[in-house]
Amino acid sequence: MMKNSAEVVIIGGGVVGCAIAYNLARMGCTDVVVLEKEYLTAGATGRCGAGIRQQWGTEMNCRLSKASMDTFEVLNEMLEYPVDIELKQDGYLILAYEEKEIEQFKKNIALQNNLEIESRLIDPREAREMVPHLNTEGLLGAAFCSRDGHANPFHVTQAYAEAAKRMGVEIYTYTECRDIEMDGDRIRGVVTDKGKIRTEKVVNAAGGYSDLIGGMVGLDLPVYSERHQIMVTEPVNPLQGPMVISFYHHFYCQQVPHGAFIMGQGDPNEPKGHNIGHSWQFLQELSGKIIKTFPALKKLRVVRQWSGLYNITPDSQPILCEAPELPGFFLAIGFSGHGFMIAPMTGVVMAEMILDKELSMPVHNLDLGRFERGELVLEPSVV
Amino acid sequence: MKDEVILCFCEDLTREEIREAIKNGATSFDELKRLIRCGMGACQGKTCEENIQKEIMAITGKKREELPLPRQRPPSVGIFLQDAARGDNDEE
Repeated sequence: MMKNSAEVVIIGGGVVGCAIAYNLARMGCTDVVVLEKEYLTAGATGRCGAGIRQQWGTEMNCRLSKASMDTFEVLNEMLEYPVDIELKQDGYLILAYEEKEIEQFKKNIALQNNLEIESRLIDPREAREMVPHLNTEGLLGAAFCSRDGHANPFHVTQAYAEAAKRMGVEIYTYTECRDIEMDGDRIRGVVTDKGKIRTEKVVNAAGGYSDLIGGMVGLDLPVYSERHQIMVTEPVNPLQGPMVISFYHHFYCQQVPHGAFIMGQGDPNEPKGHNIGHSWQFLQELSGKIIKTFPALKKLRVVRQWSGLYNITPDSQPILCEAPELPGFFLAIGFSGHGFMIAPMTGVVMAEMILDKELSMPVHNLDLGRFERGELVLEPSVV
Repeated sequence: MKDEVILCFCEDLTREEIREAIKNGATSFDELKRLIRCGMGACQGKTCEENIQKEIMAITGKKREELPLPRQRPPSVGIFLQDAARGDNDEE
């Protein structure tokens, strides 16, 4: 039987929704429902590239990802999850092919080092030592942080969900949020396809569909969704330590602990929308980039391709706040392609915000109002 | 005694492991796939799907037609990166 009331209803069974639910319960608020229209991780979380990095170009993305990495390192024990979350910390190697990229990386590294993220600029020779099959032709240098890496998004989400459930949180999968009932500017409840849940607090953690949830309370949120495609190869013996990414060529490529290579690219011409289909053009284009950058991988077999949605804000930083005109309506949206890697700390600050506690990390400048105030700090480092 | 019969050959998953995951709440092929990787290997579920769906039916009591099919994703067979890069261009 579905509960007919809850203190907090979270919309979205991805890593962000589950991490918020866990942290609410941990802080004593266990009367929580998570709504997921399919199954846990069915949206962006389960479709992401599984990379976790701290090498960002804005202070908030750096702070959130650093604190989240600290959590990933102890997540298995913290959540008492029996399956390995497959944390791999062999670093992120970010390739630079243009002088202006080197200049940007120097700025990013200064910021990162200031926030105790141990990144550094390396030359092509050292990059080649780290990734022996890397073609360094045209490469000017690279940024590297050895503590960056990989975690398994399915297991991380499941770990948060199971820990939340043990403390009393209810997670309703295959249950879709259809509407949010209001009385003036107050939230009264959530209407699902399985019935109504009375609540005064709703969290929009709907990832690629956060704009639709915003529409239910009359908010035109400054986010849009965009398809990003991705593919994976058959598993092979360990060959590549670091995740290798290039903003210049718009690709990333890592070998996960299981042995498969996961790779994806951003397409500057991708239209906005909720399309999660796949294209042969993507398969062809990315394969070309990969065998040029890593010639030794040319006889690796691609076994699957898919896509997921980035939910993008104008500054590529998330929106973490209570909606100013709508008390009780909380936003954890607009992660712009890096929600998985900052989910652990997002879960903490959102739970604190919902329970009106002091925030353990100031995220006030990630509010909705920043776009109107024009106080944008643009994140330059997104694939 | 553990049931050591292997149902997913690519990922080496036994009937026992698959049954355990279904009992823990993963009641569709796509959910199982995300948690224990069945159907994620070289065959992409083409050899194991039917047997795994039977296990889901046995435990959940659902009929075959009530179970969602796994999402089909290209390529239909594994393809070398170098061949994918060539696309429809037949020249080397």
